[in-house]
Order: sequence, then C-alpha cells, then structure tokens
Amino acid sequence: MNEQEMIDLINNALAEEFELEPDDMTAEANLYEDLGLDSLDAVDMVVVLEQAFGFKIREDQAVREIRTLGDIYRFVAGKLQDQAEN
Amino acid sequence: MSLHRVAITGIGIVSSLGTSLDSVSAALRGGESGIVVDPERIEVGFRSPLTGQIRNFDGKAGLSRKQRKTMTDFGVWAYAATRDALDTAGLEDEQLRNPQTGLLFGCDSSCIAAIEQTDQVRRAGETAGIKSGLIFRSMTSTVTMNLNTLLGTQGASWSLSSACSSGGHAIGQAADLIALGRQERVICGAAQEINWESMCSFDAIGAFSRRIDSPAQACRPFDAERDGLVPSGGAAAVILERYDIATARGATILGEVLSYSFSSDGSHLSVPSGEGLERAMTDAVQRAGLELREIDYLCAHATSTPAGDAAEARAIKNVFGEKQPHVSSLKSMTGHELWMSGASQVVYSALMARDGFIAPNLNFVAGDADTEGLNIVRETLPFPPRKVLCNSAGFGGTNSCLILDLSQ
Repeated sequence: MNEQEMIDLINNALAEEFELEPDDMTAEANLYEDLGLDSLDAVDMVVVLEQAFGFKIREDQAVREIRTLGDIYRFVAGKLQDQAEN
Repeated sequence: MSLHRVAITGIGIVSSLGTSLDSVSAALRGGESGIVVDPERIEVGFRSPLTGQIRNFDGKAGLSRKQRKTMTDFGVWAYAATRDALDTAGLEDEQLRNPQTGLLFGCDSSCIAAIEQTDQVRRAGETAGIKSGLIFRSMTSTVTMNLNTLLGTQGASWSLSSACSSGGHAIGQAADLIALGRQERVICGAAQEINWESMCSFDAIGAFSRRIDSPAQACRPFDAERDGLVPSGGAAAVILERYDIATARGATILGEVLSYSFSSDGSHLSVPSGEGLERAMTDAVQRAGLELREIDYLCAHATSTPAGDAAEARAIKNVFGEKQPHVSSLKSMTGHELWMSGASQVVYSALMARDGFIAPNLNFVAGDADTEGLNIVRETLPFPPRKVLCNSAGFGGTNSCLILDLSQ
C-alpha cells in the first residue's frame, strides 16, 4: 500500500463513519474543531481504523495525541511500517 | 393546593396502521389491520409469526448518521412522532429549550443493542470493537436521552418502565407534572421495538395468537374465539401543556387530560385480577369529577388473551353497571403495541375525536360468559368520542387509567 492508498483508505473510512465532506478532509483539519468529532466519536474512530487496517491501536498511547487528519496519517504510516519490519 | 388544567395540543404516531396522522386516522375509520406474517419468525422457530409491522417509514427522519448512531429504530420512530406532535401543537424548537419543558416516555426494553454488543464480545473475545452508540441504544431510557439531546429540552427527562402499561403511566405522570406546576409542557408518549429477538420469550410462553392463516382476524379482543395477542409496536407522542399557557399562545386545544389514576393488583405476575383495574377506573372517574354515565367511550386495553380480556370485561361491567359506554380495543387492528399501547390509545382517541368517528373492535362476533354484556363497537360509529376512558395494564398487575375530554 502506498501513501496515497493509505490516505484514501483512512479518508473513506472516516467519511463513511462520520458523514464528512471530502473537501473538508485536509491534512491540517482538526478532528474536533474543524470536523466536529467529539470524545465518543474518537472511540469509534479507533474502531474504524482497527477494522480498516487490521491492527490493534486502542491501548496505544500515541492514539491519544491525535488531533488532525495529518496526525492520523503519520500514526497509521508508523504502525504499518512497524508491522512490515516485524 | 389548586391543580393546573392539562391540555393536549399535539399528537404524532408511527404505527402499524400508518406513519402520518391522516393515514392512521383513515385506517382506524376503515377498520384496517396492520398485522402480517413475518417469514423470519417462521424460520427461527416461532410458534406464531404474526406481528404488526411499520411500513413506508423514512428510516432517517431527517437525522444525520451521527445523530442516529445512538438511536434505536424505535427511537427514530419516537423522534418522527414527536416532530409531528410538535407540528400539530405549533411549537418551534426555541420554545422547548427551557427548564419548563420536559420529556417522559414509556419504554421497557431495548433488546437488539444488548444482543449486538454481547455477540460482538463473544465473537472477538474483547470489548475493543464495540462502538460508542451501543451504550445509548441499549438502555431502556434510550428514547428520552436521545430526544432530550436532539430537542434541547431542559426539564424532566426520563423513561418509565411498567410493561404494557408504560405508555399510559408515562402520559399520566406527565399530566401530573403539569397539574402540580412542576412543568409547563411535557413531550410524552411511548415507544416499542418490533423484532423477533425481543419477542421470542413471549412466543415461548404461548402468549401469541396461532391464527396464522388469517392475520387480519387473529387479534379479536373480547371475542369468544380469541386465542392470544399479536405483538406490534411503533411510537406515539403527545404534547401536554398547562391549559392556560396553551390558550394564551393561541394553540389549538385537541383535548384535556381530566384525570390519571394508577393501581396495582398485588397478586399474580401474568394473570390480572381485574380488581386492580376496577379500582383505577373508579378512582379516575372520581378524580375527573364526572358521573359514570358521562363516559361515552372506553378505549380498552384488551389484547385478545383469554384471561386478560375476561378480567377487564368483568371490571368494566362492575364499574359501569347498567350504563355501559361504547367499548373498543384498537389492538384488534394494530396488534398489541406493548410498552407503547397506553400512549397510542391517547393518540388514536384524539384522532377519532378530531375526525368525528369511533373506530371498531374488529373481529368481535360474540362474547363469552365473561365478555358478553359489554357495549362493543362492532362497526365504525359516525360520531366522535367525547369523554374517553383509556385503560392499560401490564405484567405484574400494574394499571393505568386516563380520562380525556376530547369534546373541544
């Protein structure tokens, strides 16, 4: 999976779950302030990402630092790289 | 302490008879049945696959996916019914966002969400995959917690569980809150899920009619050949307001709640004594300040079970004696709307009053020793109900009686 495919997978999964407009989904978009998610949505975001990529991230401390879509891309890319290396 | 008068200013309903006030009214007038055979219930091994069914309902009801993820299907029905009730009442959302506006719905189960989350954990061996919406869908207060958030009401917000009298008690308690000056208006009603999962244990104890070949004839309250209830559901919403406030804002008054009475049998879990309901009916008439002969229509609880209908029939005959009011059980058309039924009776009665008829008790051919002597409405009567008594009763022997003045 290249980077664009990963971003598309993330964006599609989140757009479907939270009814987001594709135009709003920039890397800088803040999940809470710009995209209107709340703390319950954050729980569902983790479930959606786990289902999309087949990894477990719920207990991952770094998940709690995620604020923007770009943060998600970097976080997921890191997880995929870890998986590839192990 | 003087009590405030309580006006009915809005009604809304999603039921097996229709999803708009006009379609439901037409079905009531025409004596139509909302009962069908559910093939899935045959497949999973039900003895009786009969059920009411909601048809032609837009499952989104104008709500976003985010709003709906914490809502059950019956919660969305309750929202749609509430929207219709608010439209009828001519109330805008900004008039609801205050501490004097409350919410009170009857609901006694939310089965599917509980099953979904349990299945998920059993399958995955962990709780991690459970999405946040399931918590809010699995509680029996799911209707009021969601409506409270969607509408922005700031007063009372709770659900009431008392089996098949939940809806009656919810409207009664809402009326009491207004009468006592605790709330100026309450959005009240009840909702009932329709799915086989929530009904399999009822089927197991043989509660349902086995008249599978003729669904429209299966539910026959008070008839000698009745053989069990038919489960159904939906949602009913009623707007109650302090009478003086409703008239001051120029609202159309659909009716008035004259009294609410409750009682319990204190005897058997599933077999009503009749005595408890008799006590509640008598008390309701007295609280309303009416003479018995002034009640011209009794919207019966009768669900088409042998024991339940017999107990209610004996109670009605004991209370009213020589002057029996017109009686019909609308469950003959809708099936038993369970938690919702006590609230839908109020909506159906108000619709009949609005449109000038009394709906029949379908399928009544002849009574038995217990039920003969009632003044059963066999065919649609061409005049409106005026002073109406609505009975509802639930497992555990809990009874609700509401008296409505619909002669507005």
